[in-house]
Amino acid sequence: MAIKQKTILVACGTAVATSTLVAYAIEETMKERGLRVTIRQCKATEVPSLVADCDLIVATTPVPDNLGKPVIKGLPFLTGIGKADTLDRIEKILRE
Amino acid sequence: MTGLQDMLDPQAICLQVEVADAAAAIGLLAERLHALGRVKGSYRDAVTERERTMPTGLPLGAVNVAVPHTDPVHVINPSLALATLRSPVLFGSMDDPDEMIPVQVVMAMALTDKNAQIDMLQRIASFIQNPAALAALVAAETLLQAQAALSQMAQD
Repeated sequence: MAIKQKTILVACGTAVATSTLVAYAIEETMKERGLRVTIRQCKATEVPSLVADCDLIVATTPVPDNLGKPVIKGLPFLTGIGKADTLDRIEKILRE
Repeated sequence: MTGLQDMLDPQAICLQVEVADAAAAIGLLAERLHALGRVKGSYRDAVTERERTMPTGLPLGAVNVAVPHTDPVHVINPSLALATLRSPVLFGSMDDPDEMIPVQVVMAMALTDKNAQIDMLQRIASFIQNPAALAALVAAETLLQAQAALSQMAQD
């Protein structure tokens, strides 16, 4: 059964550094797990204006509350601590 | 993927330095990158300001790392500068700016384009996720020792 391709908004402070690392890691792993995703990178400050078009937010820096979409912390992609669990949570949301 | 050592100009490696605080560590590395012609004069203030509002400390366990950086507009050539600190200084955690963590390794990143730097970013992540390599880097007293530590990657 085909699952509708979902969009993940990956946010960090500058939209060039840590979000790039997170975006690559998510894309690679989800591809291995047979899931195609669209990934958009942005600055944390841009999240509120872009949130409407995404299904999930992964952020390495704090983002506002009450965005109406699930938010997952991206720090495990940098530290390695809890990375496997974070990828499983992302996969679960993508398959919903 | 090879290690971090070949991404670091020897002049951009500062070992066992003593700094008063995070801003001083950032200032030292910004100065090195500026002297090497990798960043503009505005880089230092821009990184310092960004660190104040959106800190870059990464809580890793035994040795914590900070990766201060800023917008590409302040950068001339993609680059990296590194300092190990004799005594840790406090950086805010990237995850929670209100949480201060003691940091002993500071890597100032100068980035221009998100896709051009993925290799450098992946090498940094791989390196900092290797506790033995980080411990060896913190202990390094000479450039050769530091380069040997930096050449180690994560085991996964």
